[in-house]
Amino acid sequence: MATENVQTFTDSNFEETVMKAGQPVLVDFWAEWCGPCKRLAPTVDALATDYAGKVTIGKLNVDENPNTAFKFQIRGIPALLLFKGGQVVESVVGLAPKDELKKVIDKHV
Amino acid sequence: MLRDVIIIGSGPAGLTAALYTARANLRPLVIEGIEAGGQLMLTTLVENFPGHRDGIMGPDLMTEMRAQAEKFGADIVQGNVTSVDVCSQPFTVTTADVTYQTKTLIIATGASARLLGLASERTLMGHGVSTCATCDGYFFRGHEIAVVGGGDSAMEEAVFLTKFANKVTIVHRREALRASKIMQDKARANSKIAWRLNTEIDEIRDTGKNEVSSIVLRDVATGVRDEIPVTGVFVAIGHTPNTALFRGQLEMDANGYLVTHDGSKTSVPGVFASGDVQDHIYRQAITAAGSGCMAAIDAEHYLEGVPEHLQTTVAADAKR
Repeated sequence: MATENVQTFTDSNFEETVMKAGQPVLVDFWAEWCGPCKRLAPTVDALATDYAGKVTIGKLNVDENPNTAFKFQIRGIPALLLFKGGQVVESVVGLAPKDELKKVIDKHV
Repeated sequence: MLRDVIIIGSGPAGLTAALYTARANLRPLVIEGIEAGGQLMLTTLVENFPGHRDGIMGPDLMTEMRAQAEKFGADIVQGNVTSVDVCSQPFTVTTADVTYQTKTLIIATGASARLLGLASERTLMGHGVSTCATCDGYFFRGHEIAVVGGGDSAMEEAVFLTKFANKVTIVHRREALRASKIMQDKARANSKIAWRLNTEIDEIRDTGKNEVSSIVLRDVATGVRDEIPVTGVFVAIGHTPNTALFRGQLEMDANGYLVTHDGSKTSVPGVFASGDVQDHIYRQAITAAGSGCMAAIDAEHYLEGVPEHLQTTVAADAKR
């Protein structure tokens, strides 16, 4: 149920769409074989709708984009990293309820 | 709206209870919880669920159960229950966004991975410390890692992790393993697995760098400490029931499991429990599903048995 608000990040577009982005960007590191990632997906979709225009929200498949996952030392997924001005300002690894994630994001918008 | 049945939890117990109560036209509401789908979401191939002779992937099995419950009219909502009141009828169930009222409650909140309880473990969770080998093993390709525990799940995780890691050290605080013989044999036959029995973990380093660099081990018999380099620590020391919501309201045993009697009945009439939240013995997908079915039938009988005048009072109260 990915909405149009959810972007797809890759090793090749990461610099342009995340690191150099004008507004905060939430990146969901995930993989096809990760059950909890699939369970978090609807929450990420909902956040993308709630924060449309304020925070860019998208997903990065760690299987297809190992370089970015390696660069940010991802050791567990699902992992949500919030980028602001090219810096990681928040990271949440594992499942978390939507209201908790909103509190984390709201600190930066 | 006053519900007939609310089910908390969406593992095999919760979804089977949903299937049965949906088919009984009770229009159950299932509140998924954070760990939606339950422990099977963290597994790979499940080979002991009857009806799947070639096995089925745990997450696929849960997707099927969910779809089957929905097909018969179960309402499944995302959300995490923050409080429950079963001291007065109707029962109240509260999530971050909504407060629900229900005549019966089926608790299927399951059990979550138990942790060692070290401060360093908490800090490094998700940064090298994990409770989910199938989720996180991928990130340790070519690394040396540790698995903590001596049960079946520790053996299974260790063997699984050798697909990625160069070396997996199993750390267990006793000499004897709790794991079944077949799982022990599998682990012992694997040349990538090393053993540190009679050993506990004192500390996971390096919290300063926010990554795992080593573990400090202590020999239980001699007290001698040593440090071995690892980049990952997988904790598989069992589970603890998710019953914090019900403390002081429902009878529990010394380990926090809900106590059931006469099937799935808890200490409060109208509240039923199924699955791992009330089972520390069998803890299988199939037994959880079976007990979910029992809870559904018990809830149905309870609703049929509630005297007509009481039902009216309950409904009127809810509208006020």
